[in-house]
Amino acid sequence: MSVAPTKMFGAAIKRREDPQLITGQGNYLDDIKLPGMVHAAVLRSPYGHAKILKIDTSRAQAAPGVVAVFTGADMMDINPLPCAWTAASGRVQNNINTPRALAVDVVRFVGDPVALVLAEDRYTARDALELIDVEYEPLDVVVDGRKAVEPGAPQLHENAPNNIVFEWDCGDKAKTDAAFAAAEVAVKEEIINQRLLPTPMETRGSIARYEPSTQEFTVWMTSQAPHVMRLLLTAFVFGIPESKLRCISPHVGGGFGQKIFCYNDMAFTMWAARKIGRPVKFVEDRSENFKYSTHGRDHITVAEICGTRDGKITGLRADTIANLGAYISTIAPGIPTTLYGRILSGVYKIPAAYCRVRGVYTNTAMVDAYRGAGRPEASYLIERMIDRFAAEIGMDPAEVRRKNFIQPEDFPYDNGLGLLPYDSGNYEPALDKALATIGYKDFRKEQEEARKQGRYLGVGISSYVEICGVAPSAWIGLPGEGWGAGLWESANVRVHLTGQVVVTTGSLPHGQGLETTFAQLVADELGVPYENVLVEHSDTAGTPFGYGTYGSRSAAVGGTAIHKSVTKIKEKAKKLAAHMLEANPDDMVYEDGKVYVKGSPDRSKTLAEIALQASVAYSLPEGMEPFLDETTYYDPPNCTFPFGTHIAIVEVDIETGRVDLLRYVAVDDCGPQINPLIVQGQIHGGITQGVAQALYEQAVYDENGQLLSGTLMDYAVPTAAQVPHYELDHTVTPSPVNPMGVKGAGEAGTIGSAQAVMNAIIDALSPFGVKHMQMPATPERVWRAIHSSNNHN
Amino acid sequence: MIPSAFEYYAANSVDEALKLLAEHGDEAKILAGGHSLLPAMKLRLAAPTVLIDINPIAELRSINVGDKVTIGAMTTYASLLNSAELKAALPVIAEAVDQIGDPQVRNRGTIGGALAHADPAADLPAVILALGGTLTAQGPEGTREISIDDFFVDMLTTSLEPNELLTTITLPKMGAGEGASYVKMVQPASGYAIVGAAAWVKLNADGTVAAARVAITGAGPKPTRLEEVENALVGGASSEEAVTAASEAVSDELELLGDIHASEDYRRAMVKVYTRRAILKAIKAAS
Repeated sequence: MSVAPTKMFGAAIKRREDPQLITGQGNYLDDIKLPGMVHAAVLRSPYGHAKILKIDTSRAQAAPGVVAVFTGADMMDINPLPCAWTAASGRVQNNINTPRALAVDVVRFVGDPVALVLAEDRYTARDALELIDVEYEPLDVVVDGRKAVEPGAPQLHENAPNNIVFEWDCGDKAKTDAAFAAAEVAVKEEIINQRLLPTPMETRGSIARYEPSTQEFTVWMTSQAPHVMRLLLTAFVFGIPESKLRCISPHVGGGFGQKIFCYNDMAFTMWAARKIGRPVKFVEDRSENFKYSTHGRDHITVAEICGTRDGKITGLRADTIANLGAYISTIAPGIPTTLYGRILSGVYKIPAAYCRVRGVYTNTAMVDAYRGAGRPEASYLIERMIDRFAAEIGMDPAEVRRKNFIQPEDFPYDNGLGLLPYDSGNYEPALDKALATIGYKDFRKEQEEARKQGRYLGVGISSYVEICGVAPSAWIGLPGEGWGAGLWESANVRVHLTGQVVVTTGSLPHGQGLETTFAQLVADELGVPYENVLVEHSDTAGTPFGYGTYGSRSAAVGGTAIHKSVTKIKEKAKKLAAHMLEANPDDMVYEDGKVYVKGSPDRSKTLAEIALQASVAYSLPEGMEPFLDETTYYDPPNCTFPFGTHIAIVEVDIETGRVDLLRYVAVDDCGPQINPLIVQGQIHGGITQGVAQALYEQAVYDENGQLLSGTLMDYAVPTAAQVPHYELDHTVTPSPVNPMGVKGAGEAGTIGSAQAVMNAIIDALSPFGVKHMQMPATPERVWRAIHSSNNHN
Repeated sequence: MIPSAFEYYAANSVDEALKLLAEHGDEAKILAGGHSLLPAMKLRLAAPTVLIDINPIAELRSINVGDKVTIGAMTTYASLLNSAELKAALPVIAEAVDQIGDPQVRNRGTIGGALAHADPAADLPAVILALGGTLTAQGPEGTREISIDDFFVDMLTTSLEPNELLTTITLPKMGAGEGASYVKMVQPASGYAIVGAAAWVKLNADGTVAAARVAITGAGPKPTRLEEVENALVGGASSEEAVTAASEAVSDELELLGDIHASEDYRRAMVKVYTRRAILKAIKAAS
């Protein structure tokens, strides 16, 4: 027996990507400069809603350095961008009310693109925008989802009466109504999940190059899903063979979902590059990113929960208006339906639940997936309502949770909302661990003492479950449930003749460290040094088709595809080693990078020796192809369902309403962790985005459709100095869905956190009779809640 | 985030800067730390065709502590924060500067830039108002002194003439029985003040208030002295009750502003709270 190499799975090693990225050696979109490249600038609508009467581009065309100016009318030979998620049983069509490369005839939100300037440099292009004369006829504007469905509201699209995109529901309405009718206690609350700006550190953009001799496009894009973009842009937008487009994601500086989608700049850079015969580059500035690229959340929900006086929840009902903005973004309809309503009952065994969702158009930027995508909205809602219910019956919120948890023996658990069954879970230990870490019992005493001194402390609990590994064709492949295709993932693993292992994957990182975690996984499984594993990704030329990286799916789905390819490599290696050793293939054992004959470990071949033989191919077993090269397309049977409990402690200055987040404990269970350091990083970032939603961030439109929070001077993304140290811990409940048992950790922090903070604030204010408050809990909002309560003197 | 075209001149002396100002007139903007001007230019909210960079003028970067404290207009926040001498003479400056922006802003931003730009939510204007500073401006006709009380005219507008350059800020040292303080509610995105309050007090031996200057920033169109509060304080006790009562004297006529971060009503309530907190802290420093 050889000495086992250090186990890499589970090792908290530093990311191999970082030395390059943190020393400024990365290659982001804006670093790419092609010979002959022109720079694009976009003239955008200053109106929330208006008819375009006339566009005069002549002065801009004549400006020195300007190469060309185009309007939407010029680009009618390409199709609108497709919507890929035909939610509500296909009632949302692929091509209805989706955006065009540039707006035609009507603009529907501030930032809607009206004209495109191409110039020799970015400054000239920007200056020329001011030389374009557009005559608008302003139309009435509606920005609030509730108002958009009222009679007489301004109408955005003729084919969508009352601005309704779709009406969708899930659960059992009759049973739920009956549960409420029979309930001892019922509480009702309007829950607003405010609109957020995803704010990746790198803004979005694309560079297109066209080769007339072969009619081939190459597009560099800040994308989380280059293969999907290739499909959508060729088959839907341009109507050209898929083979005529190569998509490349260079280093991508964060996405948070915003970079999953098919955007107009991909289309107009391609169109313009073909038109003028020069490469075209477009990079958003921050203001454009805020105005145009997709936003997140924006739900207004009437939520109701009912149960018994002794704390048993018997029913949950929600009626949600999801503001989707002016047009339908790539997967927008799926976020407030499939990824929200179907997980609304969270970690609780609720016998009757029903959720109705109306997606609506408003004169605002498009809304689509943002970190967590539907699950934060669901988790916030149920966790707020649990606390609301607990307060109503006078029971400790931890006890109400404990009393209603789905139990370990209930898995696989069908929540009755149309989801595949929850794979595995053990919710109470995570709650207990978090309560113990925060010192819950002692805190309650401290809280009581503090109140006597006029200090208002509060504690908030959030027990969440979420959906990761969003892929199974058995669910997401159903028409209306997903992209109309299973989101399987691919991986090719090759062992080159030097023994070096090359992994190519359809998943790709935009900050998650997949080059590191995937290499860790392969190093362990193949028993080769971690350094010998190279992970290639992000280029449609050279990687197998894959659906990309989002929904915390890369480890559970992409990772499993790799795992399966590695298993195939090992099988082939065993056969070849048996041939080399003149042994029976059935007697071969693969262990620590070697294949040996069972019972005779000294009769062995290393993987490198086998790979060399496979490559040289001089003497291979009958029928065996040369080279160790295996590809897997993995369609998982189910999603994975990570969970955990987060607890926050706050202090509220009741004189000013200022909230201090004093402590934050998170106990997460994402199954076995491939790299705990990376998991912790994901949790830290995730919690910060949730805390930001609770305390700081909100996209604000005025009634004319102007984005008032349009710069980082007004949209408060917190820095490290504005959040506390996080106390992290975990439990480990493996998923039965994949061989590694991994579940996913990319979004859990965000999904679990906002409600922990809000519950803590409302707990702190309970002496004032405050029962609910909308996010973000700005000082003024908290101050008003205190002052409008009956118990304030 | 792409500014329109401009010409750039680096001035190596005050005279050179004044000459350039005279030459380019209204078209020109003085570039100090640039943390307000450059973002405004990138958003095309400002589009000066000429920038006169006064960063090379070494004579404008100085801190002198004698009978009075004189500070060169181009002294950075970081220099103010790191000067032990200044901290001993006027600890409130470091207390306030420590609440400005972040290290990047403090390394570039200057005291003169903050005053001359007159952002209604900047921190130092309130502090200099409370300390009763005197500003020295230099123009083609020579130098003149401007009391800080006459300096802030309106939002982003000061009594500096277009052809003048702010060169020096002169402040009285903290004497016996005197104390000052600056407190603020921070706007979480920008770091500016939603409400900032600065107070300077002089106490009599018996603990009564001999003199007081109180100023606020962030809440209205310009940094403003709260004379009603000062009057209510002077001659009275320095107790919490007295200070609370004096803070309530904020005039209902005081012009305040509302925005997406805080309404006018809320700011009015917070002016009283932060004024009280600043005065109490100043009293503590004085006693």
